[in-house]
Amino acid sequence: MRRFLVIVILVALTVIGILLWNEMHPGPIEQASTPAPARNPEAKPAATNAITQQIARGEYLARAGDCTACHTIPTGTLFAGGRAMPTPFGNIYVPNITPDDETGIGRWTADDFYRMMHTGISKDGTLLYPAMPFASYTKVTRKDSDDIFAYLMSVPPVRQKNRPHELRFPFNKRELLVGWRTLYFKEGEFQPDPQQSAQWNRGAYLVEGLGHCAMCHTKVNALGGSRESEAFEGGMIPNQNWYAPSLTSNREAGLGEWSIDEIVDLLQAGVSARGTTYGPMAEVVYNSLQYMNDEDAKAMAVYLKALPQRDSEPPPPSSARLVQPAVMESGRKIYDKQCALCHGSEGKGHPPFLPPLAGNQSITMASPVNSIRMVLNGGYSPGTKRNPRPHGMPPFAHILNDEEAAAVLTYIRVAWNNTGTPVAPAQVNELRKLLPE
Amino acid sequence: MRRIVVAVLCMAAPFMARSQEESVPAFKSFDSIEARVQGCVTCHGQSGQGTNNGYFPRIAGKPAGYLYNQLVAFRDGVRHYPPMNFLVAYLPDAYLREIAEHYARQRPPFAPREATKADTATLERGRMLVTRGDGSKQIPACVDCHGTGLTGMDPGIPGLVGLRPTYIAAQLTRWRVGERHAAEPDCMKRIATRLTEPDVAAVSAFLATLDPPADPSPEKSNLLRMPLACGSQR
Repeated sequence: MRRFLVIVILVALTVIGILLWNEMHPGPIEQASTPAPARNPEAKPAATNAITQQIARGEYLARAGDCTACHTIPTGTLFAGGRAMPTPFGNIYVPNITPDDETGIGRWTADDFYRMMHTGISKDGTLLYPAMPFASYTKVTRKDSDDIFAYLMSVPPVRQKNRPHELRFPFNKRELLVGWRTLYFKEGEFQPDPQQSAQWNRGAYLVEGLGHCAMCHTKVNALGGSRESEAFEGGMIPNQNWYAPSLTSNREAGLGEWSIDEIVDLLQAGVSARGTTYGPMAEVVYNSLQYMNDEDAKAMAVYLKALPQRDSEPPPPSSARLVQPAVMESGRKIYDKQCALCHGSEGKGHPPFLPPLAGNQSITMASPVNSIRMVLNGGYSPGTKRNPRPHGMPPFAHILNDEEAAAVLTYIRVAWNNTGTPVAPAQVNELRKLLPE
Repeated sequence: MRRIVVAVLCMAAPFMARSQEESVPAFKSFDSIEARVQGCVTCHGQSGQGTNNGYFPRIAGKPAGYLYNQLVAFRDGVRHYPPMNFLVAYLPDAYLREIAEHYARQRPPFAPREATKADTATLERGRMLVTRGDGSKQIPACVDCHGTGLTGMDPGIPGLVGLRPTYIAAQLTRWRVGERHAAEPDCMKRIATRLTEPDVAAVSAFLATLDPPADPSPEKSNLLRMPLACGSQR
C-alpha cells in the first residue's frame, strides 16, 4: 500500500516536473566554448607550469570531493568506474570518468563538466541520479570545477563501457528525477556569509560542497531525498546499516565540546583523543579527508564546531536508563575480560591508540546500531598518512551470544556516567543477521 | 531443553576455556604490533595459532608473501569473506605487509589433531594425492609445491599443516568453482579443477592426520622444482 502511494506521488510529481521542464529545457550543450585543457602538457612548454599547477589543484579538490571512492573499483584503473552502488531502489553502476572519447568523458568540455556538477545534468541532457552528490557539488565554484576537470583530463583514458543501472520500476524512469529535483534540489554556488570569518566560510564551502557530508549526515527519506531544515541532523545510511550521527547534536557527533585540534585529528588521522572513525566514515577519511592540508582541515573543524546546536533534547531520564542488576553484572564481567585491556577498566581508553568509551558520544547516542556493529564485527580505523598503522578491534560475533553482547553494550552505554540507554538482545540479533560491510 | 544446553556447555567447557585464553586480548605495550593486531585475535588466536572456533585457519608461520597477498585480496574484494573484507578495507599496503610479516614470524605450538572420521580408502587416496599426486589426471602432489613437510614455500605458497579439514575442503571447493583465485597463472585453479569432490574430501582428511613438523618454517623458493607456473611465486 505504502509503495503504491509512493508511486502515485512520484507519477504526479513527474507530470508537474515535465511541465516545468519544458519551460526551461536546456538540451545538450553546443560544443566547446571553453577548450579542454591540453592532454599532453609537454607539447607546450610555456603553458606547462600553469597547467601542471591547475592539475595538481584539481587532484587535491577531487580528493576533497572523494571522487575516487565511487568512480574507481579497488582493483580497477583510476576513475574507470564500474563500481556497483546499492541503493534502496536497486544497483547504480558508477560511470567511467576517464578522458576516453568513446566510453569516458573525453569529449566533454569544461562547460559540460561545470553544468553537470552544478545542475546534475549530463552532457547529453540526461538527468543524473542523486547518487551523484550534485545537490552538494552545485556549491562548487566554476574555478574549482575547471581545476577538477583539468585533472580528470590528465589521467590515462580507459576504454571501458558503462554498465547500465539495475533499478526497479518505477525508479528506472529518469523522468521521475524531475519530480525529485523539484522537491529536493536547490541549484546554486556557495555564497559566503559575510558575518563569518574567511576560515569558517572555507570550512562551510568544503563541508557543504565537495565534502558532500550531508549525503550521509542528513536523514534520507523514502524518496531518497533530504531536507535542508534537517541538515546534518543524522540518520541511517541507506543500504549500509550504519547510523550517521547528527553533527548538530552534542549527544551524537556534535563537535561543540571538542577542541579544534581534536576535530582536525579525527578528520585527518582518523583517530582522536575523543573517539575514532570506523565504518563508512573510515572510508571517507581513507579516501578523502586524510589528504586535506592543515589549513583546510582546520577550516572544516571551525565550521563543524560552530554548527548550530539544534538538539535541545535533554539526555534520557534515569528511568529510561534503568538496567537489571544481573544484566549490568554480566556486562561488567564480559567487559573486564574482553574489553578492559584496551579500553581501560574505567572506560578511559588509551588515546590516541585506543578510544575512550566513557563520555564517547558514539557510544552514548540514541541509536545503538554502530556500537552493536562494532562489538559484532570489530573494525579498524583507517590507515592514514598521520596514522598509518591503526589499532583494530576484533569481532565478537562468534564469542558473545545475543544476551552477552547486549549486556556488555548496555554496560558501556550506562557505566561511568554515560547517558546511553540499555540494548536489548533482539537489537543485537537483528544486526547479527547482516553481513558486515 | 535448557538442561540439554547446560549439559552441552559442561561438556564443551574445557575446550571453551582454552579457546578463550587464545582469543582474549593480551599484549604488553600499546604502541606495538601485538597491540595493533588485536583485531585478528578472536578468530586467529593471539599468535595466529587459530582458535577452537570452527573454520578460522592457523596463520602463524605461513610465508609472509602469501599472508600479504591474502590481506590485499581481502581488502580489494578479490577474495570474498565479508568479515575479513570489512576489517581490512581501509588499511594501506605497507601496514598489511607489516601484519603479514608479524604472523609469518610466529611459531606457536600446534593444536592437537582432530580425530578423523574418514575410512581407510579415503585416507589412502588422500595420502596418494598429497605425497605422489595422480599422474593419470595430471594432478601434481601437494608436497611438490607446499613442501615435503607441507610447511609451504617462500614467498607465496601457504603451509597446509595445522589447518582443519573443513577449512582445506572449503578452500579447494571455492577454487574448483571459481570463487577463489590467485595471481595468474593461477596454478591452484588448474589443480583444483582436476580434483573431484571425493578427492577434495580425501586430501583434507589425510592432511589432518599428519603430525606437525619439528620445524614449521616454509621452504625456500625453488621455482625449478615446481610442476606448474604459479603467479604467486613471482
